[in-house]
Amino acid sequence: MSKRTVELELATTGVDSQGRPARVPLTARTDSDTGEPDLGGEHLLMNMGPQHPATHGVLRLVVELDGETVVRCIPHVGYLHSGFEKLGEYRHYNQIIPLTDRTDYLSPMSNNVGFALAAEKLMGIEITPRCTVLRVIACEMSRIISHMVWLGTTSIDLGAFTPFLWAFQQREKIYDLQEMWTGARLTTSLTRVGGLLADIPNGFVPKLREFIQAFPKTLAEIDRVLTRNAVWAGRTQGVGTLTAAEAVNYSLSGPMLRASGVPYDVRKDKPYLDYETYDFDVVVGEHGDVYDRYLVRLEECYQSNRILEQALDRLPDGPINVDDPRVILPPKTRAMSDMEAMIFHFKQVMEGVKAPVGEAYVGIENPKGELGNYLVSDGTAKPVRWRIRPPSFINLSSLSKMAEGHLLSDLIAINASVDIVMGEVDR
Amino acid sequence: MIPGAVREAVARDGERVVYIARDRLLEAMTWLKNTPGQEFNYLVDVTAVEFRDRERPIEVVYFLRSLERRADIRIKVELHPVDELAVDSVWSLWHGADWLEREVYDMFGITFRGHPDLRRILMWETYAEGYPLRKSFPLRGRFSRAEQVRQALNANPEAHYSLEELSIAEAGGDLPEDMRDRLRRGERGVIPDPLPPPQSPGSP
Repeated sequence: MSKRTVELELATTGVDSQGRPARVPLTARTDSDTGEPDLGGEHLLMNMGPQHPATHGVLRLVVELDGETVVRCIPHVGYLHSGFEKLGEYRHYNQIIPLTDRTDYLSPMSNNVGFALAAEKLMGIEITPRCTVLRVIACEMSRIISHMVWLGTTSIDLGAFTPFLWAFQQREKIYDLQEMWTGARLTTSLTRVGGLLADIPNGFVPKLREFIQAFPKTLAEIDRVLTRNAVWAGRTQGVGTLTAAEAVNYSLSGPMLRASGVPYDVRKDKPYLDYETYDFDVVVGEHGDVYDRYLVRLEECYQSNRILEQALDRLPDGPINVDDPRVILPPKTRAMSDMEAMIFHFKQVMEGVKAPVGEAYVGIENPKGELGNYLVSDGTAKPVRWRIRPPSFINLSSLSKMAEGHLLSDLIAINASVDIVMGEVDR
Repeated sequence: MIPGAVREAVARDGERVVYIARDRLLEAMTWLKNTPGQEFNYLVDVTAVEFRDRERPIEVVYFLRSLERRADIRIKVELHPVDELAVDSVWSLWHGADWLEREVYDMFGITFRGHPDLRRILMWETYAEGYPLRKSFPLRGRFSRAEQVRQALNANPEAHYSLEELSIAEAGGDLPEDMRDRLRRGERGVIPDPLPPPQSPGSP
């Protein structure tokens, strides 16, 4: 990331230009005639959520407050627990893919890709070149929409309404593309083990190119409105700081880890989908505060845009599915006319695809961090264990540490900066 | 040589899997984290695997990574279901293990000795049906749907705060006397029995 210099003109609150107090601080009146109880030194138990707009879903925080300062913050999660991992043990590999949509529902396509990669690794399937590039496009589109939601909701939490509208407008354009491709906006179920649900339709590439052209303009506008904004910087700089050592110790991943100055990106360091052949930069922050997390995510959007452009340029022709009738359903017309195709169709639908005995873990760089899919098979068509390594769950576990000693209003900023999505935290 | 290593294997994704004796887990983990040349300073994930074959031991799986060397390793500890399901917590080495171990405890009932705050995390604290990801746990839960509904409708407000939380600002002092008594006796979130059917005024 290019180094940016931020110049700020922060007005000192409560002081006028002559250096005199501009208004009487509210805390000054502690005399008994106000009739208000004197709470000096006494701590307060406050409950926030699970139904609170700034907790980004059904997160509940129990906060111990000393005045307005957070002494302790105890998060409660699990209100959206759906038992996906348990359900996965009762389903065929392809039947699990709809469940992955519903974990991190702000970037469904890259969850689909993450699971499919793990299942393919388990079964030893090599996907086709066109499928690889299309999956990269899916992942980077997801990164953009997820970061746009993050930017929009966080700016609303901190009092900036305009970037929210700009960000969601761009997100809509990607959702239109997802709808073109899969027929669904949110529950895409894009991948299949060994391939994809469908090839991209006609008109997809020009529409995506149009988006790639226009998107940096919006990013520049958001950058202009927020990056040097005194209120934004004042509310985010130095808030929720984690050092690199702490970030590693708390197992943080994704933008949270990189904002603390640890240059680890799964796409570069453990490449999948041929990410090593794309030209993009790993965005690394310096201070590990909310402001750096914002800068990292903003810059990642530019990088995703670059990757999308390169992926479209190199998009090869060819099949999207592997040529293996044991894992890929034959076309419907063949299944209805050809005996052999019909048998394969029947076997796959009724028995599922059997995976060999063993286990496989694939971590991918999801917008929120490293999404891991760990599959253990005992040779049947259903996994013995399907484990999701949920990036925002693990990132959220550092919230108590980050919030300690900050003001209650900063807790909102810190919580927003983690970029949680409760569907994934609770699974 | 990793201390306490029992045997090694290679997973289907080419990763090295090392099985560690249960009693020497913490020693092995400390060694892996601090020894030059190993430096597995990043805990990726902690989870457990129970197989459909009931004879096979439950495995607790640790995914470790060295950020400097860009290398991964997978550590497994086997727990036999007949033994006590307990391992040492690695929280002292990686604070990221806090919630991960709580989740394994919640879902499999494996105790992590030395964990600072081993409570259920995804299920609520008074959840009485057992450990959902165990193979002996039926997909729809252990209780009947009617019982689950009854418990949900009788949800006890005591269960919403832990005793530790209620100690903040002596918030427990505002509770009714009988509720405080139950809390003191450690009967948190006892689900009250359904009310007896109303007796008709004419009956003796």
